[in-house]
Formats: sequence, structure tokens, C-alpha cells
Amino acid sequence: MYYSSLLALELPEWLSDWLADIGDQFYLNFIKDQRYMYILKGLGITLLVTFLAVLLGIVLGVLAAIIRSTHDKLVTDMRGGFGKAVLSALNFITNLYLTVIRGTPVVVQLMIAYFVIFSSSNNKVLVAVLAFGFNSGAYVAEIIRSGIMSIDQGQFEAGRSLGFNFVQTMAYIIIPQAFKNVLPALANEFIVLLKETSVSGYIGLEDMTKGGDIIRSRTYSAFMPLLAVAAIYLVIVIFFSRLVTILERRLRNSERQ
Amino acid sequence: MSGSDPGKPVIQVKDLKKYYNGTDIKALDGVSMDIYKGEVVVIIGPSGSGKSTFLRSLNLLERPTSGTILFEGQDITSPKTDINKLRQKMGMVFQHFNLFPHMTILDNMTLGPRKLLSMTKPSAEAKAKELLKKVALEDRANAYPSQLSGGQKQRIAIVRALCMSPDVMLFDEPTSALDPEMVGEVLDVMKVLARSGMTMVVVTHEMGFAREVGTRVVFIDQGKILVSDTPDKVFENPDNERLKTFLAKVL
Ligand SMILES: Nc1ncnc2c1ncn2[C@@H]1O[C@H](COP(=O)(O)OP(=O)(O)OP(=O)(O)O)[C@@H](O)[C@H]1O
Ligand SMILES: [Mg+2]
Repeated sequence: MYYSSLLALELPEWLSDWLADIGDQFYLNFIKDQRYMYILKGLGITLLVTFLAVLLGIVLGVLAAIIRSTHDKLVTDMRGGFGKAVLSALNFITNLYLTVIRGTPVVVQLMIAYFVIFSSSNNKVLVAVLAFGFNSGAYVAEIIRSGIMSIDQGQFEAGRSLGFNFVQTMAYIIIPQAFKNVLPALANEFIVLLKETSVSGYIGLEDMTKGGDIIRSRTYSAFMPLLAVAAIYLVIVIFFSRLVTILERRLRNSERQ
Repeated sequence: MSGSDPGKPVIQVKDLKKYYNGTDIKALDGVSMDIYKGEVVVIIGPSGSGKSTFLRSLNLLERPTSGTILFEGQDITSPKTDINKLRQKMGMVFQHFNLFPHMTILDNMTLGPRKLLSMTKPSAEAKAKELLKKVALEDRANAYPSQLSGGQKQRIAIVRALCMSPDVMLFDEPTSALDPEMVGEVLDVMKVLARSGMTMVVVTHEMGFAREVGTRVVFIDQGKILVSDTPDKVFENPDNERLKTFLAKVL
């Protein structure tokens, strides 16, 4: 009697209908024709493009930041000549790059890259990496530069007074400290970029967002595929945010105790 | 001492002038000075008189507007001179220590010798530890700068410079940022260094130090050297009016 009442536990009708409906929807959107593969493959593309673009962005950003701070630090001390001309030219190009990239939307940059600059190439992943990498580099440049500026001038002078040249002082003393200071901002840039790659569909690259959208166009139901896509972005972002917090704490500890 | 030394000066400054960009202040207005091996030149003067500018010109942290500076016979402002090589022989100690916060004490001290003098890690560390012992901080080798007191930081800054085996040591108000109870420990290290024969140029407000270990005291005011004499003469029997006024204020 005791058991039978448990077994007889019946769900209200609306609830069981709803669950059944969800089951059907789930089957339709993800299982049937292996549709989940659109999202899974898309996730791979999203992560690949983001990862490579971040690497490119950091390289370009550090370069741009070094050119700009070198120019700011040295140009008043230089007495003309070839070095000064080269530095001024590099600084001009860098400023042009930063202004154009930060003054235009990333989707437009992506389309210009694919349909204009690399119109002969069909390698969408590569084009996306270049476009997002160049875009990210402009923002990373400002992050790194602010990190360099935040380092006390005395650190620079201490390095130079020991006999290190400008580049060595940057490499051994300034950049490591600047990098540590801006690590949270850099990680944030990674997170921003991860989300920004969701416009890759504009050049027909099947990233995760595009994958969800393909499912939607097949099944005519938007709810599940798009929510699944959103949830995956969210999980990745939360994961990386946690990782940064841990990393920050480690770095701080290494200086204190 | 300079009179009895027959050799060439280690540092020879001739008619040094410095105007900072965008100002018409003559931070240095024609300064000349010869500094000989083993001398301890103490530079005193009111705030803004040009003491730091002079000291920082000696290793070209400030670029002079005109004049010449010879270090061991080489013109440091000449484009042909490798200033980085010369700076290796001129240690500098700053008011605010400027230790590298992202490195341990040992790494602070060995970075220069390893990267610039191509010393191996073990030999650079052996040398660093020997110097740490001299300033009674050998147990702090693996600490980070933020874990040290101000006096300890400045003692480390001094031995960090010494790790490069410099010929000259420059000090810009090394005790001005310290709590009073820590001034003594830093001055003691500097005294030992002076007695060991190191050539030193020291900007300081510590008149006791100037009197005790200075071989020469130089009084700078408004970018000019007004007095350059023995500590005895400067402190016991000053005849320059501006120096008298200055001493009356600081003593
Ligand atoms: N970077 C700079 N730009 C413009 N003017 C400067 C700069 N550094 C110093 N000055 C000016 O040059 C003059 C000499 O300065 P300096 O720092 O050499 O004096 P100081 O004798 O070291 O003074 P203090 O005892 O306060 O340290 C001052 O009038 C100062 O305002
Ligand atoms: Mg000063």
C-alpha cells in the first residue's frame, strides 16, 4: 500500500504534456539527422578562430604598444637622423591602424577582409582569424600601452642605469610588470573576442552561432538551438572568468609571500 | 685628495648646461667638476638647485643641453659612445629604491651580471650572496621587494648596483624616502663602501655623512657650483653667503 501510492504518483497532465513536447523538440533540433553536429562543429570553429585571433592580436598589440611608447619616450631625446625618421613613420602607421580599426565595426572589417582584400581566397577560417586578430590587436595595443604607462618611470631608469638598452629594459623589466597588471583586461579582451566571432556567419563561416541558426532554419523552431548556443557561450565565458581569477591570485601571491 | 692624485679624473665635467624642454629654467648653468678615483663627492644645495639634474647627467639619464662629460676619458654624449657599456660601470642608487617588484632579491641582483656581463647563474648568485652578507641580508635572498622595509630595500638597491662591479657609484638622496630610524643602516653601508675606496658622488641632505665621509663637499645653487671644498672648510669656516644661509637652515 505504501509502495503503490508512490508508484501511482502521477504527474499533472499539463506537466507531462510539456515534458513530452520538450522531448520531441529536443529530438527534432539536436538528435534527428545528427543536428547537434552543427553546434559541435561550430563550437570548434569558434574556439579555433578566437584562439588564433587572440594570439595574433597579442602579437600585433604588443608591437603597436611598444612602437607607441618607444616613440613617446624616445623621440624628444633623439637628435634627428635615420632612427628618428623610422620611428616617426612606424608611429604614424600604428596610429593609422589604431584609428581605422577602432573607428569601424568589426562586421564591416570582416566583410571587407573576405569580399575585398582576400576575395580570391576561400579559406574562411584564415580570413576570420586575420580580421578578428587585426581587430583585437588594436584594442590589445591600448591595453598593453596603458600597462606600460602604469609602470613607474623609476623602473625604467633603474634598468637603464644598470646598463640595459631600451629593448632589454622593456623585455626584462617593463613588459613583465605591465603584462601582469593588464592580465585581467587581456582576458576580458579574449572573452569579448569570443563573443564577437559570432558574426562570422556574415562571410558564411559556420561558427557556433551560424550552426544554431542553420538548425533553426531547418526545424523552424528557434527556441532550443539558439538557447543552446547562448548557454554554451555563457559556460565558456564563466569558465574563463574563473580561470583569470585564479591566475590573478597566483600572480599576486608570487609577489607577496 | 684630488690634489694629491696624479692620475686622470674618472669623471670630467666641463661647462655643463641643461635647460629642460619647454622651460627657460637653467637647471644647470655652466657646471664644471673633476672627480678622481676614490673621492667621495657630496653635493648639497637647496631644493630645485640642480643637484639631481647634475647627478643624472653623469650617466646620461638626462641629456645635457651643452657641455661635455668625460667618463674614463670617453665623451658620454658622443654618438660613437656605447652609453649602455659605460652605465655598467656607473652604479646608481635612487631615492625611491626602484627595485624590480616582480623579481626576488637574488634575481634583482643577478639580472644585470647575467644578461650584461655574461656571468653564469651560479657565479652571479655566489657574488650576490657574498654582497648580501655584507649588508646583513643574506637570509632575504629569496624574498620579494614588497616584503622588505625601506632601509632593507635601499641596502639591496646598493648591492644590486655593486653586483655590476662599477667604478663609480652615484646616489640621489638615498635616505630621503626613509623613516628616520632606518637612515642609519643605509648610511652605514655607504660609509663602509666609501672606506673601501669606491669613487662616490652623493646628493644628500645628511650633513653628518657629508662631514664624516665626504672628501669634498660641493654646494650647488641655481644651477651653479658656488663652493667646492673640504668638509672642514665648508662646515667649520664657510665664507660664501648663500652657503651660510643654507647651512643655517639645515644644521
Ligand atoms: N623633468 C623636468 N622637466 C622640467 N623641469 C625640471 C625637470 N626636472 C627638474 N626640473 C627643474 O630643474 C630644476 C633643477 O631640478 P633638480 O631636480 O635637479 O633639483 P634638485 O636640486 O635635485 O632638487 P631637490 O632637492 O628638490 O631634489 C628645478 O627648477 C626643477 O623644477
Ligand atoms: Mg633632487
